[in-house]
Formats: sequence, C-alpha cells, structure tokens
Amino acid sequence: MFLSLSGIRKQFGDHVAVHSFDLDAAEGEFVSFLGPSGCGKTTTLRMIAGFELPDAGSIRIAGEEIGRVPANRRNVGMVFQSYALFPNMSVADNIAFGLKMRKVPAAERKARVAELLELIHLPQSGGKYPYELSGGMQQRVALARALAIRPRVLLLDEPLSALDAKIRLSLRQEIRAIQRQLGITTVYVTHDQEEALSLSDRIVVMSQGRIEQTGTPSEIYNAPATEFVARFVGTLNLLPATVTDAASGRVRIAGRELRAASAVEAPSGSSATVALRPEAIVIGDGGSEANRLDGSVSDVTFLGSIVRIRVRVEGVDAVVALDTFNNPHEAPPRIGDHLRLAFPPEALLVLPHAPDAGPVAGDESLAPA
Amino acid sequence: MTAAVTAPRRRRRWGSPWAWLIFLLGVSYFVIPLIATIEFSLRAAYKDPVTGEFIRPSLAAYELVLKDPKFVGGLLTSFRIALITIAVSLLLLVPTAYWVRLKVPRARPVVELITLMPFVIPPVVLVFGLIRIYAPPPLAFLNSTFGTEAVLVGAYVVLSFPYMYRAVDTGLSTIDLRTLTEAAQSLGAGWPRVLWSVIFPNLRGALLSGAFLTLAIVMGEYTIASFMGTKTFGPYLSLLGQNKAYEPAAGSIISFAITWAAMFAIVIIGRANRGRTQPAGAP
Amino acid sequence: MTAGSATSEAPGIRPAPRRVPLAWLGLLPFLLFSAGFLLLPIAFLVIGSFQTSTGEPTLENYSGLGDPYIVAAFWNSVTVSLISAVGGGIGGFLLAAAVVRGGLPRPLRTGLLTFSGVASNFAGVPLALAFVFTIGNNGLITLILKDVFGVSLKATGFTIYSQLGIALVYLYFQLPLMLLIVAPAIEGLRREWREAAENMGATGRQYWRHIAFPILLPTLLGTTILLFGNAFGAQATAFQLTGGTIPLVPVVIGAQIRGDVLRNQGLGYAMAMGMVLVMGVMILVYVWLRRRSERWLRS
Repeated sequence: MFLSLSGIRKQFGDHVAVHSFDLDAAEGEFVSFLGPSGCGKTTTLRMIAGFELPDAGSIRIAGEEIGRVPANRRNVGMVFQSYALFPNMSVADNIAFGLKMRKVPAAERKARVAELLELIHLPQSGGKYPYELSGGMQQRVALARALAIRPRVLLLDEPLSALDAKIRLSLRQEIRAIQRQLGITTVYVTHDQEEALSLSDRIVVMSQGRIEQTGTPSEIYNAPATEFVARFVGTLNLLPATVTDAASGRVRIAGRELRAASAVEAPSGSSATVALRPEAIVIGDGGSEANRLDGSVSDVTFLGSIVRIRVRVEGVDAVVALDTFNNPHEAPPRIGDHLRLAFPPEALLVLPHAPDAGPVAGDESLAPA
Repeated sequence: MTAAVTAPRRRRRWGSPWAWLIFLLGVSYFVIPLIATIEFSLRAAYKDPVTGEFIRPSLAAYELVLKDPKFVGGLLTSFRIALITIAVSLLLLVPTAYWVRLKVPRARPVVELITLMPFVIPPVVLVFGLIRIYAPPPLAFLNSTFGTEAVLVGAYVVLSFPYMYRAVDTGLSTIDLRTLTEAAQSLGAGWPRVLWSVIFPNLRGALLSGAFLTLAIVMGEYTIASFMGTKTFGPYLSLLGQNKAYEPAAGSIISFAITWAAMFAIVIIGRANRGRTQPAGAP
Repeated sequence: MTAGSATSEAPGIRPAPRRVPLAWLGLLPFLLFSAGFLLLPIAFLVIGSFQTSTGEPTLENYSGLGDPYIVAAFWNSVTVSLISAVGGGIGGFLLAAAVVRGGLPRPLRTGLLTFSGVASNFAGVPLALAFVFTIGNNGLITLILKDVFGVSLKATGFTIYSQLGIALVYLYFQLPLMLLIVAPAIEGLRREWREAAENMGATGRQYWRHIAFPILLPTLLGTTILLFGNAFGAQATAFQLTGGTIPLVPVVIGAQIRGDVLRNQGLGYAMAMGMVLVMGVMILVYVWLRRRSERWLRS
C-alpha cells in the first residue's frame, strides 16, 4: 500500500478527535474523508500533513514511517479551504515557493511554474497578485502551488467549500482531471456527500472520530453499513420498522409486512430502520413481488427533468420522497392525493439500529436541491 | 470545525527564552521610571513634631502637594474642564455622527477629514492659531478668565475629535440605527427624544470609553493650557518641576494614578459591555 | 412607522433629493464649532505665513526658514523623531512579537497591552519628570550606577537633556503605540500561511523571512512613520526636559508664541506650516501603506 495509516489516535485535552483510524490507499488512488463538522476528518488530514502529531499509530508513505517527520520534510502537498496563498507574492512566486525552498535553480523553477500555470488554465496570470483573482482562480493557484513540489501525496482540506455553487462544480471536475492526469495519490476532506461520491475512488465516512464505513462510492451509496451513513450519504428515505422474521428478511411498517431481498442481521422482534432509495419507488401497485405502502401527498417539488414527490406514509410518522421523471402530458399529483407506492425487495435495506448514533442531519437538509 | 479545537502547535509550555528576554527588557523600561519617581517622591523628610527628628522615607511630599491650594486648585480646574470638554464633545459629535450615518452619508468624508485633522495639527500649532485669533480684538476672549476657559474647552474638544468620533461612529455601526429610529418614531418620539432615549443608551459603552480617554488627555495636558495661561494641573506641575525637589515627583505619581484610573475604567467598561451584548448577539 | 410618517412634523427617513441641502443643516453645529476652534485658526496661520507684517503678500517667510537657527531646529526635531521612531518601531515590533508569538503566559500579554493603552497617552510633564527622577543628575539609576557600580553617567557623555535623552523619553509612549498597532497585525498572520509554507518545505526562519515579515512590512513602516509624526509634534515633554536649551521645532514655535523671538510674526507662521506639512506627509504615507496592507489581506 502506498499511503497507510494504522491505529491513528489524536486527543485534544479531554476531547478525543480521532479514535482509531486505519486506511490503506493504493498509489494514484483518490480517497475522500466524508463526515459532518467535528468528525475528525480534518484532524486526520492534518496528521498526514504533519501539522498535528498523532498520539498513537503509524503513518507510512511508500513504506516509510513519517508520523514523526516534521511537516517541512514530508513532501506532501496541501490545499487549504481558505486558499492560504501568500498575499505578498505574485501567483508565479506563490507557485515557485516550494521549489525555492528546495533550492531549485531559477530557470528550472520558471519552467515548472509555466507548466503548472498551463495545467490550471491560467497561463497569463503568473504576474498577478492573489487579491486580483477570484476565489476559484485562487484555489487553482493553491492547487498548482501544492503540486509544484511534486508531492508524494496530495491533501485537500475542503478546497471547494468557500466557493459558490457553479465554480464548485467546474473546479471539482478540474481537480479530478488533474489528479487522473498526474496519477497522484490524493486525500480529499469534505462534508459534501455529492462531492465525495462524484470524485472518489474510495470514501471513508467518519462520525465522532470514528470510521463508519470505507468503500467505493457505489458501496457507500447502495449499501450503507450504518444508519449514520444512510442518513448522511444520499437521499435515502428512512422509516422505523420492526423485524418480524430475520431469516427471511421480513419487517413490519405501519401494519404492513414488507420483504427485503436477503436475511436481516438484527434479531426477530427488534426494531430497525428501513432505508428506501427514492429512485426505486414507483407510483402504483408495481410488480407482483413488490412491497407496497399507502400515503398522502404532502409536497410536490418541480426540479426540471425530475419531479420530487413527498408522501406521508399512513400509520407512521415518516415522509417518503420519490423522484419521477417530468412528463409534460401528465399532471403531477396534487397535495392531499392518496397514493400507493411500490418498490422491489432489493430497494429495501434494513439497517441495524444505532441508539447512540448521536444527532444526525436529516436527509432533507442533505438532499441536493 | 475540527480545526477550531486544534491547539497551537509546538508551543513550549513556558515560551521561548528570547520572548522572555525582550518582554523583561520592555517591562523594566516601563517600570523603572515609575519606581524611580515613587522613590524620589518618598525622599522628602518628615519632621516629627514631638522629637524634631527627620524621618525618611516619608509621605511628606504628598502631604505638601495635597495641602498646596494651587496644586489642588489646578487639579480641580483640570477636572472641571475635562468634564465640560467631555459633555460638549458628546453633545456635538453624537448627533453629528448619527446625522451623517442616517441622513447625509455624502458628508462622511468631510466630517472624517475634520475629525482626523488634530493628528496632523500639533497642539502647539493649534494654540498658536487660537491665540492669534482670540487674543486681539474684536474676538478678545482670552482677556477674561471665562473666555479663556471657553477657548480652552474648544481646543480640547478639537483634540478629542479623533478619539471621540471614532468611538461614537464605531458604536453606531454596531446598532441598527435606521430600525431603532423608525421604531422610536413610530411610537411618536421626535428627534431629540430619539437621540436621548434610544441612541445614547445604546452607545453607552462606546461613549464612556471615549469620555475616559478624553479625561486622561485633558487632565495632563500642558501645551495649550500653558500658552493660554490657565491655571490647570499641567502647567502647575511643570512649574513645580522647575522649582521644587520632591513635590513634582509626588505630583507626577498622582497624575499617573489619575490616567491609570481613567484607563482602567475604559477596560472595565469594555469588559462589562462585552458581557452585556454578547448573549444577545450570539445565535 | 406608519404613524410616524403620517405626522407632518416627523422628518422622513429617506430624504427626497430636494431636501438634501436641508439635511446638511444638521451638521451646522459641528461645522461651526470646527471652524471656530480648528479651521479658522489654521487658516489664519496659513494666510499669515504668506503675508508680511503689514499684510502684503509675500513668500519671504518661507525663504526665511533657511535661517540656520530654524534649520537647526528642524534638524534637531528630525533627529529626535527619527531615533525615537526607529527605536520605538523596532522595539515595539519585538515586544509585540514576543507577547503574541513568544508563548508567554496569557495574563502577561493582556497586562502589557492594557498598560500600553495607558502609556501611549503618558506624554507631557509627568513623563519628563519621571525620567529626570530616573536618569537625571540625582535620578535613581544615576545614583545606583554611581554608588554601586562606581560608574558616572555624566562621564559616559550621556545626558537626558540631549537629543538621545529626549528620544529615550519619547520611547515611553512610542513603544506602546507601536505595540498597540502591530500586535493585532501579528495576530492577523493566518495560521494557514505558516502551515502552507511549512508544507512546502520552509523552516520557521524562512517563513518569517519570505512571508510573515514581508506581509507585516507595510504596517511596520507605516506605524514607524506615524511614530515619527507623533514625536515631531510633541512639545510638552521636550520643553519640560530641556527648557528650550535644545531648539526643537515645537519648542521654537512655543517661544515664538510667548514673544517674538524670531523678530518676525510671519516666520513663526511659516514654521508652523512647515510642521503641519511634515506631519501631513507622514500621515499620508501612513494611510497609503495601511491601504496597501489592507488590500493584500482582503483576499
């Protein structure tokens, strides 16, 4: 493994920021740390950079232990949320700074700066000062600056969260393209699940200093390991349920018997949380194998090509959101309409109940609007 | 953010030795003259009325200055002039700053330029001009004690402009002037009432800071007062310094104490004010 | 609000364009006061500096500034101001760096900053006296040096009644002023800059040399210039200390106010204008440097 963290722990006073962190990343892999504020993702990143020293555990790059190496000798590149460009230096000087510290000859520095300016599509901006650039441009310069020293690992700490939505999207694609082009091992910290899903080879979901799940975007999204992951990632609908028959994967919601595709881990009779993906739900009776729920429409949101309908399920205090494609010839349901919803057993995930999961943002606030 | 929890890195528990060295040098420079002045003020001998012996160190110098009617008179005059200066400064600058913010924002550069001018005009130049205008007729105010004090107050108000206007303006920027004014007016209050009952109380902290700073400056002011020939504290202390040995030391210590008290008042007001506004301001 | 605007007496909140001149009337008390106690006196000096004693327009007064005595006064003032500004600038910066970044216990730093707020206003008679009691002929330090170490301060050639001595006294308000302005600037150095520098291989020294110091430089220079103006305008301290034996510009102007020592009214005005000019230029440079660093830090 190229970048390897094992048993990393960090404590600030009484507060344990990171409990026990393990990660193995292959060379060229793009790994995201995803989680809410204060989950320990940034602290972990800062330990890789050398700004914090771990209390326990080891950090290795290409087999070399770097946990105690000073930050200025680690040769990892870092991009900060606030850009952190040096305001007294031109763009070119900012990019060349690391090379200057390494006593690279001036001519070579110049060539490398030109190369990087080309890479970030700002070939003419070398003489400008940071305050003359927009936020997006500044962050591209910061990326170039971090890459200039040909770091072994690239670290990005919420690089897009200070930018506005449109630039965030385009810069996201640019970062991914540059990363692929250079094949550089990258760790990306974010609290935005969409960013993590679209960028990463692998995602580490964190909460309260612990890893909740590590997996590919598809694994994280389609098979969340915990209720926290289900809530935090994507737009899953969550419903309270009781396990009636664990072996055959049967649960009860609002007096209705529903089937999952496989056996349930939780014992029969225990309560559980059921997750439904909105894109798997259809209006109507569905196929013969389908699970069904009844409810009334509480809200209809027109999102362009998609119409999102929220349905209050009868008998439980829960709202289920589903997406239908916009059909100009068919009027969407109106608020108050009674609807029957159907979904296949594969779309139903039974999550183990985590009573101490702590406060978790509801799916509505995290749904991409 | 996790970052917010992060402790400063690699900070040695007791700080760097260089920092200590610089700090101690600085503190010695600041403290030694104070100690020397105190020591000097205690050198005056006290004659025991019974035995006739001379006792040193003693508080005799303090006793002398505090029994000196001119010293106490100067102190009181300075205090009175400081209070009048503060009152005039507030009455002049609060409505002006308020008016500029609310009604004539275009006048802001003009008003700011005027209030900053005392930074460029040294007191000695200001008093030069004042004397040339107010000593000869037709405006010979400086011929009477009252007229002189009036001009002195005018000069001190000008000296207070930079501090006071900034304090008031910063204070105003923290409250929603327009809404408060509209709310007060909707309840039937006229302009004077709005200023007195709504704006002044909301600016209390800022105004008190400006007021105490003005107090500190006026209490020790020498240049303008001495050229105008008023019998305030500064010129009298200067006179003492030329003619007496130990009394001026005692006088200086008293002067420092007054400045300190005024400045401490500002700090305490600042703290109390923060305590008062923070819970309301926090989300 | 509806009630307020319904009454015809209550002035509207948003003035209609035609009422703007009326709104300016609200500034009348302030403008009149400033005219009486600031603008007219200065205008009087300005006009007087371009007039002969009989009121004829002339530039003679300004050419009179070339008089050796006046040149010496300006030269003395510049020397004293320069020493105290550079000394205060460097010392104040070191002190600020020590208390902000030196890892000293927090109460010490709060204490020093509070003290600085007071001491930056300590100029004047008491300050001059305090130094006389310290290193004057009978001062505490003078006596200790003589009695304990057998060193005569006089023999070293140093006296408080010299240019260097005056500058040393001025430091008492210069250092705190520098500290008060520079400490927040040092605090404003963002942690990410240091981390970014470190991340790219810079040592702590290289970070200071290439990043922190250049970022602070406009503030340091600007404040030093402010200190220069501050010292240049100080009259009371110098007068109390030297009683006019060392001619400084404010002291000479003071003497001119008391009696016509220059044998020419207009020359005194011109000297005052020269002083205002020096102060004005200093403030302008300060403002310009300040803008520059604010522009950098805005991003």
